[in-house]
Amino acid sequence: MYRILEKKVLAPDIYFMKLSAPRIARSAKPGQFLIVKADEEGERIPLTICDYNSKEGTVAIVFQAVGSSTNEMASYEEGESFSDVVGPLGNPSEFVGEDIDELKSQKFMFVAGGVGTAPIYPQVKWLHEHGINADVIIGTRTKKLLLFENEMRSVARNLYIATDDGSYGFNGLVTGLLEDLIKKGHHYDKVITIGPMIMMKFVSKLTKKYGIKTIASLNSIMVDGTGMCGACRVTVGNVTKFTCIDGPEFDAHLIDFDEAMRRQTMYKTEEGKKKIEDEERREGHKCRIGLDGDR
Amino acid sequence: MMDRMKRTPVREQDPKERIKNFNEVSFGYNEEEAVKEASRCLNCKKPMCVTNCPVSISIPKFIHCVKNRDFKEAARIIAESSALPAVCGRVCPQETQCEGKCVLGIKGEPIAIGKLERFVADWSREHDISFTDIKEKKNKKVAVIGSGPSGLTCAGDLAKMGYDVTIFEALHKAGGVLVYGIPEFRLPKDTVVKHEINNLKKLGVHIETDVLIGRTITVDQLLNEEGFDAVFIGSGAGLPKFMGIPGENLNGVFSANEFLTRSNLMKAYREDYSTPIKAGKITAVVGGGNVAMDAARTALRLGSTVHIVYRRSFEEIPARAEEVQHAKDEGVIFDILTNPVEIIGDEKGWVKGIKCVRMKLGEPDESGRKRPVKIEGSEFIMDVDTVIMALGTSPNPLIASTTKGLETNKRNCIVAEEETGLTSRNGIYAGGDAVTGSATVILAMGAGKKAAKAIDEYLSK
Repeated sequence: MYRILEKKVLAPDIYFMKLSAPRIARSAKPGQFLIVKADEEGERIPLTICDYNSKEGTVAIVFQAVGSSTNEMASYEEGESFSDVVGPLGNPSEFVGEDIDELKSQKFMFVAGGVGTAPIYPQVKWLHEHGINADVIIGTRTKKLLLFENEMRSVARNLYIATDDGSYGFNGLVTGLLEDLIKKGHHYDKVITIGPMIMMKFVSKLTKKYGIKTIASLNSIMVDGTGMCGACRVTVGNVTKFTCIDGPEFDAHLIDFDEAMRRQTMYKTEEGKKKIEDEERREGHKCRIGLDGDR
Repeated sequence: MMDRMKRTPVREQDPKERIKNFNEVSFGYNEEEAVKEASRCLNCKKPMCVTNCPVSISIPKFIHCVKNRDFKEAARIIAESSALPAVCGRVCPQETQCEGKCVLGIKGEPIAIGKLERFVADWSREHDISFTDIKEKKNKKVAVIGSGPSGLTCAGDLAKMGYDVTIFEALHKAGGVLVYGIPEFRLPKDTVVKHEINNLKKLGVHIETDVLIGRTITVDQLLNEEGFDAVFIGSGAGLPKFMGIPGENLNGVFSANEFLTRSNLMKAYREDYSTPIKAGKITAVVGGGNVAMDAARTALRLGSTVHIVYRRSFEEIPARAEEVQHAKDEGVIFDILTNPVEIIGDEKGWVKGIKCVRMKLGEPDESGRKRPVKIEGSEFIMDVDTVIMALGTSPNPLIASTTKGLETNKRNCIVAEEETGLTSRNGIYAGGDAVTGSATVILAMGAGKKAAKAIDEYLSK
């Protein structure tokens, strides 16, 4: 059993939980994910690790309650326990294995959207702790949905906020803000993006135009998260990869985002599918705060 | 007077009824039927059945006990060689093993050895009989990776020898392929599988679920930081294969692993579980092994019309004869000598058909089976909305890639000595599908047994 040590509501329907999971906390690295199963009858829900502390033996997750399983998770209170938490799963971010001095000479830009903001945090934090600067853009629909602002400000060199309704920071989409910064002469060697699939697709399109290497972290459908089911198949550079064991981070310019988005709808109920379609129609390619409760 | 050449029939759920539920198809023998079937045994002086059993169960001896109604003694005899008789009685390919060599099979029907084994195992479970003699504690720790057939067997044997054994399982439930792969209607989870797991716990084996070795903790950490004296890797062959044909990533194409895991482990067929599953109106299952039959019969029970698409003929089909027969009885349509070349999608990216070619059999290939050859111009499209790929599995390279000096072959299988399971690393043993690639429960059990013996010898030095 994995005890919930802390629970916070970060924004409407968006929850933060700190879990006791010593084994995972000891091994976790930026970019990896875990799977939560609330109880015997629950689904296995993949979520990117948002923070970890090996001394405390804790890991943190952030999720949006959208479906029945994420709502079930959200109903758990501090002191209660999830029956299963397994991880860390997937590969750590590429930079974790790279030469620190080499990394110090690079300029990183993180582009996060919606609940994707939380999993950016351990990456920026890791870089910060290793003396490497990173800029961050957080996109959200409106100010009250903004997550992790203070945490991010403490580890990012520059933090930029974009809101769709202009209620805070840049008025518009993350792609608009990123292009603005590039045009103003900011140079970035690498962009890392986590958020709704459609946002990552358009970030990738933009950075391709400017020739900036881009990594996207995918939130594909999974069952086991260990390579067994193959539900998380994604086409990267015309080759089929498993998000769980080959990813979750891939070269964004090689990802077939349209296929990835289509595959995400596989188990959506008719109601859920309609919600996504409406959202996409309404917002064009706006970085919506994800309808995907999970990663 | 009974006809010695004829097998005592086993009662089964009616096909028309059973396709509407997930309850076990075969009811198994009752005492009378078991005794009757056992009395057909000739008690051969040189029993060929034993030589063809991967774990060499003293078959005529236990059958003789059944005949004399000494079921407890029969159970004891089986327990000398097999740790999971209730499982093996149900899932072993008996027709190519023990029963395949039964002398009665020459002129008539071989003894139903599998059914008798199952009877004895079920009887001893129902009568709460177990053989759990544990030798003196040895104060040595062994880690077993994976809780499938090889891991369970290895752990059980080591625990009986007095070792302190911990099984690490990546999933949330112990049992490996017995819980995620083989369906309820063939192997009941809450009675048979749970009982086997509980037996291990009674022997003092610790089971830690939710631990993915290679990610949560590495083999070297187990040895260096957690104080284990030896490690057995029985992590199975978990990675599903795909054909590499166009359209395989369309919505509605699943690996058999995904489909069966959703249904078996995650209980998608039950309303009280949240797991979603898609079984369309018409499903094509590609492949001819036991997993293909399991997926086909599961899809059938979820309300789909099902085709098995298999590129060779019935003669080469690798599934157990009983599974093929059950699938046929239940109404699965067999499209043999048929091979998919492309999966066709609709405008929204969902499967709407599968393009196949007809095949004929040519010269034998390296597997000894006749090679299927494409018949030119025979392309046709089968209208289906779901495709399940059941083409076999390969071992997950994770453990090997995170354990320095652990040798693997081209197929990602861990290299291990046949007789001992010893890998290229001292103190690390391996067996089952992780070594052989996807094979059978009984072979994995055999490997777990041999490794337990070798680990004992290694740690007794």
